[in-house]
Amino acid sequence: MTKELPIPVTNADSAAYWQAAKNNKLMLRRCNACGEVHFMPRYLCPTCWSEDLEWFEARGKGKVHSFSIIRRASSAAYATRVPYVVALIDLDEGPRMMSNIVGPDALDIAIGDAVTLEFEERGDAKLPQFARARG
Amino acid sequence: MNKSASGRVAIVGVGESDIGKVPHMTGLGLNAQAAKRALDDAGLKVSDIDGVLTAYSFTEPYFMLGSVLCEYLGLKPRYNASVVVGGGSPAVMLKHATEAILAGSAETILVCAGENRATGQSRDSAVSALLAVGHPYFEQPYGGSIPGFYAMIAQRHMHVYGTTRDHLAHIAVNTRRHALLHPNAHMKTPITLQDVLSAKPIADPLGMLDCCLISDAGGAFIVTSAERAKDLKSKPAYLLGIGEHHTHEHIMCAPSLTEFGAKESGRRAYEMAGVKPSDIDVAQLYDCFSIVPLIELEELGFCEPGEGGAFFADGRASIGGKLPINTHGGMLSHAHAGAAGGLFGIVEGVRQLRGGLGPRQVEGAELALVHNEGGILSSHCTLILGNQPN
Repeated sequence: MTKELPIPVTNADSAAYWQAAKNNKLMLRRCNACGEVHFMPRYLCPTCWSEDLEWFEARGKGKVHSFSIIRRASSAAYATRVPYVVALIDLDEGPRMMSNIVGPDALDIAIGDAVTLEFEERGDAKLPQFARARG
Repeated sequence: MNKSASGRVAIVGVGESDIGKVPHMTGLGLNAQAAKRALDDAGLKVSDIDGVLTAYSFTEPYFMLGSVLCEYLGLKPRYNASVVVGGGSPAVMLKHATEAILAGSAETILVCAGENRATGQSRDSAVSALLAVGHPYFEQPYGGSIPGFYAMIAQRHMHVYGTTRDHLAHIAVNTRRHALLHPNAHMKTPITLQDVLSAKPIADPLGMLDCCLISDAGGAFIVTSAERAKDLKSKPAYLLGIGEHHTHEHIMCAPSLTEFGAKESGRRAYEMAGVKPSDIDVAQLYDCFSIVPLIELEELGFCEPGEGGAFFADGRASIGGKLPINTHGGMLSHAHAGAAGGLFGIVEGVRQLRGGLGPRQVEGAELALVHNEGGILSSHCTLILGNQPN
């Protein structure tokens, strides 16, 4: 079993997302027909099925919708990180995404806490991550 | 389904394989053993089966599992498929079987599922195989686990409704108590509230005893028309209502962490059956983690949102209580092996309606509700069985 932390995998739907992440940018998809913003980039708008979508950069701020402190890792690679936090983040722009909570005070996280975007290097890619907001 | 379909098919045979650690049998072998027991229970012959539905396997490397199972059993049916809706598959297969029988595509359908999950692969490889349930590109890089995803749902329920760690522990204790009354249950020793609270932590707030078992197990049931059911060996359990609802697959795309599709699947089942929650005598609710039956209980209208914890803690969900839940011991204590986990809820629903289960019997049970869910509370199917066709 691999001990390497998983490296983001790019496909046709997500190429722009992971390319921008290399430059420390979190990109979201907005529908030009209905205006809805969604996470998990796809071919069409999941609200109205329009194919007229644009990419825009998220502010990188959000709130913790829920989280769990993982005590038993899902794979050998993650065993070195136990205990670690997996969370669902409600971005200020609306969509919800998964992230770890990183940083020295990650285990003190609570639902509703404000968090800010960071990036973690994984191989030659970068993974969006969130830490507790300061001040 | 339409009201006109209510009471027109019945489950006429049920079977469980040997359960627990069964290293001398394959996954297909466990399916075959369960199928044979279900056929014997129905008093039917092999040649009577003209339809077969099965689900999936994480432990055996077969594509087209429906065809593979028929080949293994020596069957050449006119109706066959593998249905993959995760843990929701057994109830969904019952719905497909009903539709096929009413449409004349088959007369007698074997529904079967199971895996050798305890001994067919190591525990670690079971966990990594199951990790595939997380989104490969946007969830897996964060090291989430299935217990972790359900833990986030538990955490949110505690935050919104004040559900407590103790409430969840009561669910595990209640379910184990029931399993001790079932001769074939995987778990054979009692547990206390303190055992659950001090068990090895997995993903806060869930510990080891809040998580389902990993068993070797197969389950099967046989469905036929209500008319044919009348002359068979065992008392039929009539399908009075059934409904599905599907809202997402990955938890990051769930519309809510406190409202799921069970409410809608339940509404459809109640409407088809023409009954309401207070009419139900016994319920078998999918329980891959302790938080899950609590949420289903609330969504299916047995109590108000936020009351589920107290419902279990004060004994209303125990045999002898207002609505006994998971009388066989559920997936927390009876067995869990892929789609067989939820299938055993259907088996137990049928047995409760037939009666004669000794100390595990819910006295006078006439209506049983069973709920299956797949994914991360993603795909739901609710069914209502009765010992009379109307």
